[in-house]
Amino acid sequence: MAASGSIDALSQFQLHPVLGDVGRTLHIAQSNVMMLVAMVLTLLLLWAGMRPRALVPGRLQSAAEMIYEFTYNMCLETIGPEGRRFFPFIFTLFLFILIGNLVGVFPYFFTFTSHITVTLALTMVVVIMVTLVGLWIHKLHFFSYFVPQGVPKLLLPLLVPIEVLSYLSRIISLSVRLFANMMAGHVMLEVFGAFVIMLGGLGLLWIVPAGLALAVNVALIGFEILVAVLQAYVFAVLSCIYLHDAVHLH
Amino acid sequence: MDLASAKQLGAGLAVIALAGVGVGIGHIFAALVNSVARNPASRDRVFGLAILGFALTEAVALYALVIAFIILFV
Repeated sequence: MAASGSIDALSQFQLHPVLGDVGRTLHIAQSNVMMLVAMVLTLLLLWAGMRPRALVPGRLQSAAEMIYEFTYNMCLETIGPEGRRFFPFIFTLFLFILIGNLVGVFPYFFTFTSHITVTLALTMVVVIMVTLVGLWIHKLHFFSYFVPQGVPKLLLPLLVPIEVLSYLSRIISLSVRLFANMMAGHVMLEVFGAFVIMLGGLGLLWIVPAGLALAVNVALIGFEILVAVLQAYVFAVLSCIYLHDAVHLH
Repeated sequence: MDLASAKQLGAGLAVIALAGVGVGIGHIFAALVNSVARNPASRDRVFGLAILGFALTEAVALYALVIAFIILFV
């Protein structure tokens, strides 16, 4: 990277088969392994956290309870009383993305949410489920969602396609938001990491700028942790808002 | 103009969108400061909304960034 004089920012997202021949045959990449790691960490957090069942919770139990209550309140506040039925789905989604994002901040770990295939699949699950929930609850009346109320009849041929388009564009906006946040953050880390190596290789005088770049990198890691939590929250809260729309039709 | 320099210029043009995002994020936090100054008790509730708005606005910046990356590297 430093030798060629250009920064190779995107190669960190390349998938490689892992686990030797078994992985090559089954097409197991490091992304899949990280998903399993995220799943195991989530289960460990909840299992080990809730095992003591103490009245006064310890640190791990507090963490588990806080995440649970936070998501539960978010569901109830955003969707309404019906949110209780969708809570397990939102909780799973939130924890999977949160742990996936956070694990990716560690060096040598892979962020599976930095791939559009992964986020697009998650988004498709959300959007298809939201549509099915709307159809299930309101039957064919669901399609009145695309007809805005209180507008002149003359404008409807224009407005209905716009509504349909904005409904469908959720797929793109939801998936690209998460993917772009994670990818941009990791590209930034890579670029500043490359600066450190390039400047440090120039000689003794360049130690100070290299140290500055390293300090920026440290700050960026803190920022990445913020973004990881924030984007998991945003993904979950937007899924809640979409569910609210499907359940209540506006 | 050869293709490489056209790509670099295009990537530069693509991130002009960041100007709008800067204005938007500034607006969001100005409104947050305003409302917390008027009613400090509302801080917890308004802060969550502001963070949500910030994340949604920041996503626009990242769309521009992704387009710049696509122009440059893909």
